[in-house]
Amino acid sequence: MLLQSSLASPAIGTVFWTTLIFLMLLFLLWKFAWGPIMKAVSSREDMIHNALDAAEKAREEMKVLQADNEIILRKAREERDKILRDARVAYERMMSEAREKSRSESDAMVRRARELIEREKVSAIAEVKREVASLAIEVASKVVGETLKSDAEQQKLIERYLKEIETNRN
Amino acid sequence: MLGLTVGAAGSASPDTGKGETESNEKEGKFDANTYIMDHVSDSHEWHILTKKDGTNVAIYLPVIIYDKNSGLHIFSSEKLAHGHSYKGYSIAHEGKYAGKIVRVNADGHHDGSKPPLDLSITKAVFGMMVASVILLLLMLGLARSYKRSGISAPKGFQGFLEPVILFVRDDIAIPNIGESKYSRYMPYLLTVFFFILINNLLGMIPFFPFGANVTGNVNVTFVLAVSTFLITQFSGNRSYWRDVFAAPGVPLWLLPIMIPIEIIGLFSKPFALMIRLFANITAGHIIVLSLVALIFIFESVVVAPVSIFFVLFMDCIELLVAFLQAYVFTLLSALFIGMATAEPEHH
Repeated sequence: MLLQSSLASPAIGTVFWTTLIFLMLLFLLWKFAWGPIMKAVSSREDMIHNALDAAEKAREEMKVLQADNEIILRKAREERDKILRDARVAYERMMSEAREKSRSESDAMVRRARELIEREKVSAIAEVKREVASLAIEVASKVVGETLKSDAEQQKLIERYLKEIETNRN
Repeated sequence: MLGLTVGAAGSASPDTGKGETESNEKEGKFDANTYIMDHVSDSHEWHILTKKDGTNVAIYLPVIIYDKNSGLHIFSSEKLAHGHSYKGYSIAHEGKYAGKIVRVNADGHHDGSKPPLDLSITKAVFGMMVASVILLLLMLGLARSYKRSGISAPKGFQGFLEPVILFVRDDIAIPNIGESKYSRYMPYLLTVFFFILINNLLGMIPFFPFGANVTGNVNVTFVLAVSTFLITQFSGNRSYWRDVFAAPGVPLWLLPIMIPIEIIGLFSKPFALMIRLFANITAGHIIVLSLVALIFIFESVVVAPVSIFFVLFMDCIELLVAFLQAYVFTLLSALFIGMATAEPEHH
């Protein structure tokens, strides 16, 4: 029954028209639809692809830049640390130098003062001795009264006695 | 009441028409077989409905006949309606050439000669033309919207069609044919996919000018299968033909058996394509029509809701089948092309 009916029977007319319509459709769609559509779709895909690539590259660059920044920052920090360290060293050196200098200066001053004092003392003592000697002579002359004729001889005598006293004292 | 329910059920079957009058005017048994076959098979006129007084409302399509003796004849199929004969031609109702235009004698009987070349715009051809025009408008509009919007994101109808086009490219063409060669075959695959799809879908709409059984016509599927066959053979490379005529590893004495088998294989693949599409779509139409026919067979309104429910269910399946068969045909075409163009593996 199925084969008897026109359902599965060959019909040249239908084959002819189907071929004609299908080929025309294929040609028209090929030329005016599939070409532009596929081109648009693939160019959009290319664009998306490129955009993604560019974003990826930008991210990479960003990462590099960030790394660079970090390096610069670290260097700056190191620089700062070094400067601070140097400054501290310099400060300490200067401080110690200053201290050293002031100490030596004060030492010198003290030494000079001491020397001065020593000298003054010696001269003072000599003065005192002379004074005492003359006083003694005066006193002695007054006491002895004119017994001794020459002043110079008396002076010599007194000095000899004084020396003796001194050597005895030592 | 009956007319109303039948009208609703009729929406699932191609030009069911006023079933009420159809069953009445026949004054006898409702012949489900004829009813179904009339709707599924091709015809020279597009029957819309039969009125109560027995007259038909139909779109009469042009008949084009080329006769070796008398040349080209073009006239309306109205002249041949109801068994009339015109210019010595008539539509045979029985025998070997039932449904075909044949030469008749003076008494109106087939004169026994071979039928003339019938190039009429039949129902299937007309339906196919309508579908092609719709497809063309759709795709040209799509192409224009691409030109206008450039490469911005798809929107509107573009957003609906683009994934389908990309599906054909990414899931049918590229996996089967390969990245390097697929673009040559894309126009064919896209055309065949959308041609089958739109004809399947329009075949489900029961109103004129839709509802013609185009992809369920074996002649149409024959042309599509032949296209795939020709493209496959002309794309065949050395290794494809070597596999056919001297498959490596086959002993020489086996070749006389293997070569005929391989050659049969070349033809059986497109033959399966042809039959698969034809049978699936026709079967779907027959099931839907049978369910509608149940109402007239039982001559009861009670059956109508049941029929409508099942028809609705079948239509959902048919919708799936419409996509599935378009996919399968395109997939297998791509597969055959891919087999013909595959580079031999390097051992």
